[in-house]
Amino acid sequence: MAMDLKEIEALIKEALPDAKIEIQDLAGDGNHYSATVTSGEFSGKSKIEQHKIVYNSLKGKMGNELHALAIKTKE
Amino acid sequence: MDQQTKDLIDNEIANNEVCLFMKGTPDAPQCGFSMAISNMLKILEVDYKGVNVLENQSLREGIKEFSDWPTIPQLYIKKEFVGGCDIVKEMYENGELKKILENKEIKFKK
Repeated sequence: MAMDLKEIEALIKEALPDAKIEIQDLAGDGNHYSATVTSGEFSGKSKIEQHKIVYNSLKGKMGNELHALAIKTKE
Repeated sequence: MDQQTKDLIDNEIANNEVCLFMKGTPDAPQCGFSMAISNMLKILEVDYKGVNVLENQSLREGIKEFSDWPTIPQLYIKKEFVGGCDIVKEMYENGELKKILENKEIKFKK
C-alpha cells in the first residue's frame, strides 16, 4: 500500500489551510516520506500536540496506508 | 483495548522510569525508527526498558490507543509520553531531551 505525495499534501492542507508544506519521498517508493509543516496553528502548542494535528489531518492513514512519514513542525 | 492490555501498559510505565515501546528489542531493533531512539538512549547511557510490541499484537494496537498516537516507537519518561521518533530526535539534537532527563531526575551521561 502506498500513498501519493499530492494526496498527503492535500490532506494536511485541508486541516491547516495556512500551512507551508514540504514533502519528500525519501525512498522513491511512495511509502517513506518526510514532511516539514509550517503553520500558525502550531503557535503555543507542544510538539506532541503539533504532530497530532498533522497525524489527525491524515485521517487514520498514518500507520496504515502510510508506513513512514517523518514529521517536522514549525510555527 | 482490553483491560489486560491496559494493565500491562500501566505496569510497564509505572515500573520503568524510562520505557520505550518499540519494534524489536534494544539489542535487536526491528525497525529503523525504533533503533534510532534506542541508540540515542544508549549514547546518553540511560537505563531504559524496551518493550517489544511485535511480541504482542494487542499491545501493538493498544499502545496507539493508550497514547492517542498512531506510530511506534513511543517513549515514556516517568509515566509521561514524551514523543515518537521525530520528536525525540529533535529533542535529542536541540538538548531538550537532556533537560527532561535532568528535570525528571533520570541518570544519564552529561
